[in-house]
Amino acid sequence: MNGEVVIFWITAVFAVIGAVGMVVSRKAVHSALWVAFAMINLAVLYFSLGGPFLGTTQIVVYTGAVMMLFLFVLMIVGVDSSDSLIETIKGQRLVGTILAFAFGALLTSAITTTGFRAVGVSAANDTSGGNIQGLAQLIFGRYLLAFEVTSALLITAALGAMVLAHHERWAPRKTQAELQRLRTLSGHPTPMPSPGVLALHNSVDTPALLADGTPSQESLPRIFRAVDQSTESTNNEVNS
Amino acid sequence: MNPNNYLVLAGILFTIGAFGVLVRRNAIIVFMSVEMMLNAANLAFVAASHITGTLDGQTAAFFVMVVAAAEVVVGLAIIVAIFRTRRSASIDEASLLKH
Repeated sequence: MNGEVVIFWITAVFAVIGAVGMVVSRKAVHSALWVAFAMINLAVLYFSLGGPFLGTTQIVVYTGAVMMLFLFVLMIVGVDSSDSLIETIKGQRLVGTILAFAFGALLTSAITTTGFRAVGVSAANDTSGGNIQGLAQLIFGRYLLAFEVTSALLITAALGAMVLAHHERWAPRKTQAELQRLRTLSGHPTPMPSPGVLALHNSVDTPALLADGTPSQESLPRIFRAVDQSTESTNNEVNS
Repeated sequence: MNPNNYLVLAGILFTIGAFGVLVRRNAIIVFMSVEMMLNAANLAFVAASHITGTLDGQTAAFFVMVVAAAEVVVGLAIIVAIFRTRRSASIDEASLLKH
């Protein structure tokens, strides 16, 4: 048993656990954490396969940037958004499971019939003076055109994301005079009580206590007020 | 060690990702499953690099990562845009083109 074998079996088991955890988690946040876990294990595998640059990129790009982006979108969409258990297509779950198992068996049986023998990239790394130097020679040499096209792809993606995520303001922004008029007419012209005043804790989600000891819901930010009502209105409040 | 182990692991991860795409309803989890499939393909590329002893596989994996990053940005923007109009991240609700 050399180091490569030990690393492979540890990270392979962890990566599969992470992937299965992603599929079976009810909540999307848990899925995101499982994916990050599986991706870190894949990065360790890249290191042991002689690709330190790819391993580092995997951690920086996937667990750093991509999963952070996922978590941001989860915060927009609502952390509590769990799956509905109603099947719109009858038997979809069963058929999907059978198909996935069949596909996995097909892939595994096809791969195990091949008789590859590993050469290892250490020789290729050494001839070009290191893994990063070798990759640079390929990216800026044989694959230069693909690399240049990649820049066009990234610019297009950034522009597309900006266009898709942009939304026009439907009503004009209220002026300070209009806000003042609304506030005076609302029957509560003074500032709202601060959360946590005279209460047991002073965190923002603890309502202030009034003189008669009853909690004042008006002291809470409107997002927390919405959470108490229902999760449906949470999403609306967060996004309005 | 037999390099087929790496390819089998990539196949298993790809299958789990495909299973997630088939079964889950939440658009974000479906998207994560797609990411898992891309990662499995990356692992297969790096293993191929290990088998052939050249760095071309690792270069391909690098390009896959770049494309995956661009794809995530656009896909998540689409999810946010759909969520804004529909108030839902369920893929079953986005069937407007059908009618």
